[in-house]
Amino acid sequence: MSTIEKLPTPKPRKPWAATPVDRLKTAGIIAVAALVSFLLVAATPLKGKLAYAVVFFFTYLIIDFVVSLLKAGRPAAIDSLFRGLATTTIVIAITPIVSILVTVWARGHKGLHWTLFTKDMHSNAFTDPVIQGGLLHAIIGTFLLVVIAMVISVPIGILTALYLTEIRGRFTRPIEFLVQAMSGVPSIVAGLFIYAAILVPLTKAVNGFQGSLALAILMIPTVARTSQEVLKLIPSDLREAGVALGGTQWRSVALVVVPAARSGLITAMILGVARVAGETAPILLLTGGSGTKNYNIFRGSLGSLPNYIWQAFAAGTPESITRAWTGILVLLVIVVILFSAARILGNRKVGKK
Amino acid sequence: MSSTLTQPPATIPPKREITTKPRFSDRVFRGVVTTGGLSSLVILGLILIFLLVNGYNTLKTQGLNFLTSSNWQAAVNDAGKFDPKNSHFGLAAMLIGTLIVAIIAVLVGVPISVGAAIYLTFYAPNAIKKIMVSAIDLMAAFPSVLFGLWGFFVLEASGEYWAKLLNKYLSWIPLFKLPAPYVNRSPFIAGLVLAVMIIPIVTSISREIFSQTPLDRMQAAYALGGTRFAMLRAVAFPYARSGIVGGVMLGLGRAMGETVAVYTVLNVVYQVNWHILFSAGGNVASMILLKFGDASPEEIKALMAAGLVLFVLTLIVNSLANIIVTRTGKSGR
Repeated sequence: MSTIEKLPTPKPRKPWAATPVDRLKTAGIIAVAALVSFLLVAATPLKGKLAYAVVFFFTYLIIDFVVSLLKAGRPAAIDSLFRGLATTTIVIAITPIVSILVTVWARGHKGLHWTLFTKDMHSNAFTDPVIQGGLLHAIIGTFLLVVIAMVISVPIGILTALYLTEIRGRFTRPIEFLVQAMSGVPSIVAGLFIYAAILVPLTKAVNGFQGSLALAILMIPTVARTSQEVLKLIPSDLREAGVALGGTQWRSVALVVVPAARSGLITAMILGVARVAGETAPILLLTGGSGTKNYNIFRGSLGSLPNYIWQAFAAGTPESITRAWTGILVLLVIVVILFSAARILGNRKVGKK
Repeated sequence: MSSTLTQPPATIPPKREITTKPRFSDRVFRGVVTTGGLSSLVILGLILIFLLVNGYNTLKTQGLNFLTSSNWQAAVNDAGKFDPKNSHFGLAAMLIGTLIVAIIAVLVGVPISVGAAIYLTFYAPNAIKKIMVSAIDLMAAFPSVLFGLWGFFVLEASGEYWAKLLNKYLSWIPLFKLPAPYVNRSPFIAGLVLAVMIIPIVTSISREIFSQTPLDRMQAAYALGGTRFAMLRAVAFPYARSGIVGGVMLGLGRAMGETVAVYTVLNVVYQVNWHILFSAGGNVASMILLKFGDASPEEIKALMAAGLVLFVLTLIVNSLANIIVTRTGKSGR
């Protein structure tokens, strides 16, 4: 009896996990590849960070291939080669993101100062030193544009999603198709449409509302598709319970389904806003780009962040280009905040209040 | 206690009318929701109608030349008025430019995106996967003007270096020849920027399709002793192939309609340019933006016609893409 109890319980083994020897081997291969790339770049006319990266990846792949070929044969070697290639592609895919974030900070932070958020550009040119003038008018403009676009597109988008998930009538397939097609409408086409439908025949002048309409067109598909995904996740038990209690469809949707999906619907809204906040092409055609604060969305040229960035970039002097990057930094911070908010809300369990 | 016994039996309720006719509130609800649902149809229809009405004159006077000639000139007669007889509007140069730039974007962007999707679905440890998926999704929300400026100030420098390399070693291919030694702001670099811009969308679609690979088939492949690559080749690729083609076409549609980034990076010149490394070119969207500023009302109508062509083109590509993607999801099981 006692001998059996004394037997040590074996530790759970993970044959698929990397052993210390494997790790050492990987580290060795990386070190050798790094050394080779360093030597090759030093010895040949290749130059630049890119050359290091390219040589490093190729040598890594080759050494890794040969090592697994010797150790485990051809199929394993091809497998590890493919793993190496897949890893390379993700590195290439992530590089631009890192580069963009670093560039925006490096070039934009020089223009950050507090008066940025309290002054506008009515008495300054883009070529003035960066410390003068500010972004207030652009932030107000973008805020107005986006809020009005939201007021127009969120009801339409959510109604579309409700049609696709709750009513599921005759038009479900065509509407689903059209919403997807609509998400591919180029932003300049949305701008041209509003120009032809409203600016030329009716207003004959730029104003903010036209910009909001164009943004709403671009926002509807995002809102509709995200809301549809969320509403699909609501268990049909909830709908049936609503109907079983004697509620009409209207009451079970309004009092059960939509409240259950609330956080998801807010996510859809935020994603839509993030999608259009930096949209530039329709803004350039429709809203004008005044440097003065304008609270009236229906009259007069309305400055906005994309327009500020565009004008500053077009002015072309070092000061104005710093201004453009600062504008982008502010815009990017807004987009990242919206995106993170959507992520946090979206990760909550659907159905929880 | 005893009262429960003496209580009279419950009254039989009067007969109810049972009907499947929806109540008034439901009919209103359905009406409102259906109207909202049909709005996408209405909007797309209105876009088509307004662009068609405005572009009709141009399309009628130019006929097929609008698509086949590459001469864009708004002539003015002696009185300073628009002269329709001598004006030529031909979109071919920009259509070719659109295709060139979009195809470069797809050729560069798609292998990277699909590889990244494979890594994220089948190889990545969970922690890395979460971070990278968030980063790539975040990139989808970056405004296009940001990509434009990044391309102009950052990618341009390395892009020129690569362009010179390509020209040095591959100039025997006509595509890589240079008519003059200017390699900055070329279609090649615009294509690279667009490649970066379509990476998020193609990656997320491919990832979604790869993640639907039937688990039983994957495990069957492993059970037969296959390596991960063998499993991918035998199970995941055949399963995901057509869906990825759809994702690629969505990326293509996105790349064809891009305006601001192309306008910023590319030296937009109205000419047919097959030399992708040479500093000239354009696409329909960026050309509209370029000409819009100082166009006469008549030329704006021609630009509307160009917008109509772009709209129809992207609509076709996107619709095909969506049909392919939806079909994959269904044929899987």
